[in-house]
Amino acid sequence: MSVFAKHAIRVVLVVLLGGILGATLIRFAPGFGVDEAELDTRLNRESIEAMRHARTNDGVVSFYVSYFGRLFRGDLGMSQTLQRPVAELLRERLPETMKAVGLGLAFGWVLGFSMAVAVVTWRVWYFDLAAGILAGVVLCLPAAVMALAFLLLQAPARLVIGLVIFPKVFRYSRNLLARSAAAPHIITARAKGAGEARVLFWHVLPATAPQLLALAAVSVSVAFTAAIPMEALCDLPGIGQLAWKAALGRDIALLIDITMIVALITVLANSVSDFAGHAFQRTDA
Amino acid sequence: MRYVRGAAIAFLLVTTVACLFANVIAPEGYAHQFRELPNAAPSRQHLLGTDDLGRDRFSRVLYGTRVSLVLAPAAALLASLLAALIGGTAGFLGGWFERCAMAATDLFLSLPWLFLLITVRALLPLNVSPFISVVITFALLGCLGWAAGARVLCADARAIAQSDFILLARATGISRVRLLWRHLIPNLKPVLEAQFWIAIPVFILTEANLGLLGLGVAEPMPSWGSLLRELENFSNLPAQPWLFVPLIMLVLVVSSFDLVLSKEELLI
Repeated sequence: MSVFAKHAIRVVLVVLLGGILGATLIRFAPGFGVDEAELDTRLNRESIEAMRHARTNDGVVSFYVSYFGRLFRGDLGMSQTLQRPVAELLRERLPETMKAVGLGLAFGWVLGFSMAVAVVTWRVWYFDLAAGILAGVVLCLPAAVMALAFLLLQAPARLVIGLVIFPKVFRYSRNLLARSAAAPHIITARAKGAGEARVLFWHVLPATAPQLLALAAVSVSVAFTAAIPMEALCDLPGIGQLAWKAALGRDIALLIDITMIVALITVLANSVSDFAGHAFQRTDA
Repeated sequence: MRYVRGAAIAFLLVTTVACLFANVIAPEGYAHQFRELPNAAPSRQHLLGTDDLGRDRFSRVLYGTRVSLVLAPAAALLASLLAALIGGTAGFLGGWFERCAMAATDLFLSLPWLFLLITVRALLPLNVSPFISVVITFALLGCLGWAAGARVLCADARAIAQSDFILLARATGISRVRLLWRHLIPNLKPVLEAQFWIAIPVFILTEANLGLLGLGVAEPMPSWGSLLRELENFSNLPAQPWLFVPLIMLVLVVSSFDLVLSKEELLI
C-alpha cells in the first residue's frame, strides 16, 4: 500500500472515530433529550416524560444514522449555549485561531531552533547553560500563567503559543543537532577544514530533517492546546475561547465538533510531515 | 549536575512531607473563613495573608500542594500502567494485536489532549463534591495520558521480545505468563519509571491550566490551578507580591521533577 493511501485511510479513520465518539458522547451525555419547554411550570411530570420520550424514542441506531447523515452534509448542528449553527461559529472563529497558531509556531520555531543551532555551532558552555535554563523555566510555566503575564504587560498574546512551543523545540532540536554533529563523518569534515555553515547545511541538518519534520507536526498539536488558555484569558475570539465557553456551558455538541476539527488539522499536519520526511529520505538516499 | 539533582530531590522530599502533614503545619483548615479579615496582608497569624473570602492563604497553599503532589503521581501511575498494559502487551504479542493497538494509540494521539480533556470534563455532573471533582480531574488526566507512553513501551517491549535471552527462555519451554512476569516486565521497568516521572510535571501543569480556566478542582478545595486564579487581579499584584507564592511553588516543584530526570530519561 502506498504511503499516500495509508495516510488517507488514517485521516478517514480519525474522522470516523471522532464522529462515532462524538455521537456517543452526545447520545449518552446527561441532559440529552431535555428541552427548554420542560421548564414550563404548567406541565406535569407525565407530560414532561412524554415529551422527553418523544424526543429520544428514535433509538440509538437511527440516532447514529441521522448524526452521520448531517455530518456528511456539512451540518454540524446547533450550539446550545450560543443558539447559532456550529458551522457558522467555526467559520467565524477558525481564522483567528489559525492566525494565532501560525504566528506562535513561527515565533516558537525561530526562537527555539535558532538557539539550538547557535548552541551546537558555537559550542560555548555558558550559552548552552543559559539557553537550557531559559527553556527549563519557560517549560515550567503553565500556558495560562504566561497568557496572564502577556495580558498584564500588554504584549501580543499570540506569542504565548510561541513561548509554549519554544522550550520543546529547543530541547529536542538541540539534542538532535548535537548528536548529529558528533557523528564521525561530521568530525572528519570539520577536521578537513569545512566551515561551520557548510557543516550545518550540508551534513547536520539533512541528517536530522525527518525528526525535525516530525517535531514540527507535534508542535501543531501543542500550539492548538496552548490556544485554549491563551484565547480564553486574553479574550481572543478563536476556537480555543469557543471551546472554553462551550465547556463552561456544557455545550457538548459544540465541544465535540471543535475537537474533531482540531483533530483533523493535527492528523493532516502529521501526514504532511510524514510525506515530507519520506520524500526527504528518498532524496537523501 | 549531581548536586543540583540532589537539591531537587531534597526539595521535593521536604515539600511532600510538609504538604502531607498539612493538617499539623497549617494554622487553619483550607475552607475556614475569617470574615472580619478579607484580603489581609501577611502577619504572624496569617503568614501569606488571607484571600478575598478571608481564608488563610498559607494553609491553602499547603493543602493545594498536597492535592497536586499526591494526585499527579497517582494519575501518572495510572497513565503508566495503562501504557504498560496496552503498549507492553502489544510489543510482546506482536502481529495483528500490535498493529491494532498501535493504530488505536496513533488515533488517540491525533486527538488534541486538552480539547478532549475539557470535553470529557464537561460531560460529568456539575453537582459533585470538591473531593470527587479532584479525583475526577486527575483520573481523567491518568486515563487520557497513556498514549505517548504506550508507543515508547511497545517499541521497547518489541525489542526485548526479539532479544536473544527471550529466545533462549522460549526455547527452554517457559510459559508465556512466566516469560512476561519474570523477563519482560523487569526489563521494561526503567522505561516505565521514566514515563512515570515525565508524566507528573505534565499533569501538574495541565491541572494548573484547567484550574485557571475554571475547569479543574472545585472550590473550596484548593489546588495550584485555583490558587493561581488570584493572579487574574492585576491591580493587586504590585501591592501584594505574596500572591506569587503558589506560582513560585509550582515552578520550583515542576523544575525539580524535571531535574530529577536524567538526560537519557528526558530523551525517551
